[in-house]
Amino acid sequence: MEQIPVLEARNITKRFPGVIANQNVNLTLYRGEILALLGENGAGKSTLMNIIYGLYQPTEGEILVNGKPVQMRSPKDAIALGIGMVHQHFQLVPVMTVVDNVMLGSESVRCAFLNREAAAARITELSERYNMAMDPYALVEDLPVGVRQRVEIIKALYRQADILILDEPTAVLTPQEIEGLFAVMDLLRGQGKSIIFITHKLKEVLRVADRIGVLRRGQVVGEADPKTATQSSLASLMVGREVILEVEKSDAHPGKAVLEISDLRATTDLGDTALAGVSLTVHAGEIVGVAGVQGNGQTELVEVLTGLRTAKSGTIRIGGQGMTNASPRRITEEGQSCHIPEDRHAFGMVDGYPITDNLVLNTYYQSPFARGITVNRPAIEANAAALVEKFDVRTPSVHLSGGSLSGGNQQKMVVAREFSRPIQLLIAAQPTRGIDVGSIEFIHQQIVAKRDEGVAVVLVSSELDEILALSDRIAVMYKGEIIDIVDRDDATREGLGLLMAGVKEA
Amino acid sequence: MGSTFWKRSSLISIGIALFLVVMAVLVNLTSLSQYTWLRVLFGVSALNFTLRASIPLVLGALSGILCERSGIINIGIEGMMLAGAFAGFVAKTNTNHWPLMSSLIFSVLIALAVGGLMGLLHAILSIRFRMDQIISGTVIIILAAGTSSYLYDRDAIAQGKFSSVAIPGLSDIPVIGPVLFDNPPLTYLALLLVVVVHVALFYTRWGLRTRAVGEHPRAADTVGINVNRYRYVNTSIGGMLAGLAGGYLVLEAVGQFQEGMTAGRGFISLAAMIFGNWNPFGALGAATLFGYTQALQNELLLAGVTNVPRQFISMLPYIVTIVAVSGFVGRVRPPAAEGKVYETEGGTE
Amino acid sequence: MATASPALPSPGRYRRIFRGLLIPVLALLTALVAGALVMHLSGDNAQDAYIGLFKGAFGSAKGWAATIRKMIPFILTGLSVAVAFKAGLFNIGASGQFVMGTVFSVFIGINFEGLPMAIHLPLAIVFGIVGGALWGAIPGILKVYTGAHEVIVTIMLNYVAALFAGWTVYAGGSQGQTPGPLWDRTAGPISETPDVLASARLPYLFDPSYRIHYGVFIALAAVVFIWWLIYKTTIGFEIRTVGQNMKAARYAGIRVNWTVILTMGIAGGLAGLAGAVETLGLNHKFAPEFGGQVGFDGITIALLGQTHPFGVVLSSLLFGALDAGASKMQFDSRVSADIIQIIQALVLAFVAAPMIIRALYRIKRLPTESESTSLGTSWGGS
Repeated sequence: MEQIPVLEARNITKRFPGVIANQNVNLTLYRGEILALLGENGAGKSTLMNIIYGLYQPTEGEILVNGKPVQMRSPKDAIALGIGMVHQHFQLVPVMTVVDNVMLGSESVRCAFLNREAAAARITELSERYNMAMDPYALVEDLPVGVRQRVEIIKALYRQADILILDEPTAVLTPQEIEGLFAVMDLLRGQGKSIIFITHKLKEVLRVADRIGVLRRGQVVGEADPKTATQSSLASLMVGREVILEVEKSDAHPGKAVLEISDLRATTDLGDTALAGVSLTVHAGEIVGVAGVQGNGQTELVEVLTGLRTAKSGTIRIGGQGMTNASPRRITEEGQSCHIPEDRHAFGMVDGYPITDNLVLNTYYQSPFARGITVNRPAIEANAAALVEKFDVRTPSVHLSGGSLSGGNQQKMVVAREFSRPIQLLIAAQPTRGIDVGSIEFIHQQIVAKRDEGVAVVLVSSELDEILALSDRIAVMYKGEIIDIVDRDDATREGLGLLMAGVKEA
Repeated sequence: MGSTFWKRSSLISIGIALFLVVMAVLVNLTSLSQYTWLRVLFGVSALNFTLRASIPLVLGALSGILCERSGIINIGIEGMMLAGAFAGFVAKTNTNHWPLMSSLIFSVLIALAVGGLMGLLHAILSIRFRMDQIISGTVIIILAAGTSSYLYDRDAIAQGKFSSVAIPGLSDIPVIGPVLFDNPPLTYLALLLVVVVHVALFYTRWGLRTRAVGEHPRAADTVGINVNRYRYVNTSIGGMLAGLAGGYLVLEAVGQFQEGMTAGRGFISLAAMIFGNWNPFGALGAATLFGYTQALQNELLLAGVTNVPRQFISMLPYIVTIVAVSGFVGRVRPPAAEGKVYETEGGTE
Repeated sequence: MATASPALPSPGRYRRIFRGLLIPVLALLTALVAGALVMHLSGDNAQDAYIGLFKGAFGSAKGWAATIRKMIPFILTGLSVAVAFKAGLFNIGASGQFVMGTVFSVFIGINFEGLPMAIHLPLAIVFGIVGGALWGAIPGILKVYTGAHEVIVTIMLNYVAALFAGWTVYAGGSQGQTPGPLWDRTAGPISETPDVLASARLPYLFDPSYRIHYGVFIALAAVVFIWWLIYKTTIGFEIRTVGQNMKAARYAGIRVNWTVILTMGIAGGLAGLAGAVETLGLNHKFAPEFGGQVGFDGITIALLGQTHPFGVVLSSLLFGALDAGASKMQFDSRVSADIIQIIQALVLAFVAAPMIIRALYRIKRLPTESESTSLGTSWGGS
């Protein structure tokens, strides 16, 4: 039976200056199906979706909705055609209520004034029909991540979307929340909605998709049937070569305690509790993974440990020395610790500085980079040349700005700098977020190598796979506390997922 | 959580305004009036002066609120005010032969228009040409100061200004009547605009979209709102309000133009906007506080306080502004996307 | 993206300097043309005006002398604003710092009769620097500890400084108020200080009628010092890192709070030095209306000079010439000297938004060049 696709992309090519993001991409989506689009970071998935949602205009090619070619100049046109998108970074205004967020752009108005009651009634109706409870008058900033995502989905349904694009929707959820999302997706499919599900997680694709498309370097490199495909077949399709899914590492040989945290408390910038009494000890030669849904205090924990945030109470000792509320410099110098920050653009590098200067960002004042208070350019340049080589930072020149590097190379630059001095403690926060598979493998190997040299490693990651692959022990954070610490060998995804949701079995 | 505090700081400034009114009623209608210093601090004349000094600050703060709620920092209010004042003055001197009322209204409209054009210029520089918004505001200030000096005809004289219109009934209320209900028209207009801007921002589609554009432009963009169009419109309207503030100075308060007559009011307006937490009523309260410091300066000099040099009394409004800004910034929350260029075609993936 | 960016040859030194000058020069030309248009529209003769301006600035030895003399405070206030820009701070307070520098240096200059020049003059200059530095550090301290934005605070402090200075020279009113501490008792009802003692004056170079004083060397020394400080020292690295990315600076262990206060102190000190040099070298006394425009000039000069110390010298030359030529222009062509201010605003506009100039002259942007100067984005927190 030949069916007209609800959405079809034909020969889409999108060029940015110097980059081809999509090349001759074809894609079809039928009514009532879930199409998974698989690809690693930078494969062109988001660009393609932004084209379908009218945010970008394709350089070549055309889009058909219900068999008719359409021109989309802005999201407005896409919305009118029944296309809705749940963005990877939620497009919600935190200081506004759910109802204001949902109706924004499609407001119900009575006599020139907003009719919030009418909009709230529709939201309640939709949320009941699709089994996604929410309070229309809650402020979005007060809602947990999982609920925010539902607000995004309701936002699309409120605009009567028939085609839903979900861009990496599982990245921020616990395994249980992911199951909940999949249930909602099933419900939507049952009611005739079509869904494009974008992800780079192989398991999820096999679990939920009706069909699978794989994108690599801006091109569709294959389709797969979830009934016959396997994780490793998808992985090699996605990356274009055999991928080692597991990181090779030997057993840990923990030594003396390097990092000792006891009853640490801190608040967020807005004064809310972020850490509610965290205690943790990390030994030389072991990797302790800190898992948890984003926003449960991991960011603040790292900031307090690295001197970027003030602890209200509790103690931190590094290598036996008291380091509670020590300055970042004292922690790096006397504590011999290094920090791979979770947001490299905000903290880890200065985009406008050349690679040379980025590589001495926190050692610029030390010999040989400085003599007294004057800087020693030749030493800084020699340092850069050596590190770029050793850590495989790919750039035509060390004088180019750090911001001009690709994400993976930027992260390798940060790692190079941090690993270039003698350390006893490594604090790595989301060390592989948003970078390509090659760089991920490289950085993982480097972290394991540091462990084997006897460095104590704290690995904070919201990617459960990364935690499971690297950690020797796993601490799970929930609402500012470490709710449990388990050995890697005893850990299961399900068990960790329950802990991440705050459920601790007796 | 966050939201309770957000309201609290604008309540503080509204509280200050209410305190003044209550004290005035008490001091003038009870036996407290026997104390001279209380009469100096809270007399009807002090309050009248407070209101007169507050009006340009209120309008300037509203101007700032409109721009910044949509994400455009406007430190050029000072220049827009000056441009409005000068334009109103030129319009008035050229229409002296018209009937007074039509001449004045025409001049107000010109002040509005020129202020609006300055706002539009600020928007073009900072949106179209991506100039840093603080520098663009500085350009507006220097341009307004230079142009008004260059074109100023020192022999020109404006004849007549707006005079008070008592509101029947209300103006007979003791203390409050003469302070609030016996004023010239632009004063009423400014107070009315506080209500209008408040309602517009929080209860209309335009206001919802404006705030979304200032907080999270990409969210607005993804639901099909033209971010930059809202910014252009708001900044232009903001410019008009600043122009009106200038018009008020020339056509209602002073009656003439002097070079640099805005004397920092645009900047104090910004402080009022911050102190009032980007809320119209909060800004009104803060403007009242700053206006009161100016009134106080006046009253103390009139009362013959000579043991403090007058220069120190004159510093009061500026120092209070610094104190207010130091005490409250950091605890208030500006629109999140303020000062950032929004690019529809955001980078690559 | 997977694709590597195309290899960029790092541009040669001369080419870099050329590119650096291109936009400011075109901005200046465009502003002059636009200024001519304004004059034309308001019925003035632009040609006469510019000829008068040029003659006034460079047409005679006296003109040159005036240009150079006026450059001195421009260089120092321009440096003041430029240094603050390097740390991402916007110093609109140069005029207040200038005034405080003046007051402090005059205080030393009119007192301590009998001190040898070798002590008196440097002391007066140092006090000027200190006065400006303290006045500049206040907004830095408030920004760091309370989050108050330096733009509002510096402007308010300009008014406070002007009033304070007014008080110090206050002649005392009809109401029998006490006169200010620096008031010249022999001046009758005029509010001004006595002349600075000869031992605290900067000597003249050349013929005294040119009134070019040793402040020229102080200004040029300041340029070299600031250049060295910003680009060749670890302190400069810290200042620039704070300006580029405050979070990364904290991460790197830089004491951000201290750097902000220090930078504002240096900026204030430079503006204070400008006030001191101007008074000790040229005016020799101080009346309350000094210092009004100097702050905004500093902003334009700093931006026109691309916030580089050497660029500041070039833009100061331009501003000195505009100022020096203005009176002859007004005399020769009857065009109000206020047109200069309009031209300066236009220069600022074109320099701060290179996109306008690039669009007008169809110049391509090099990938290494930034879109525009960027300051902090909001009033919020520290």
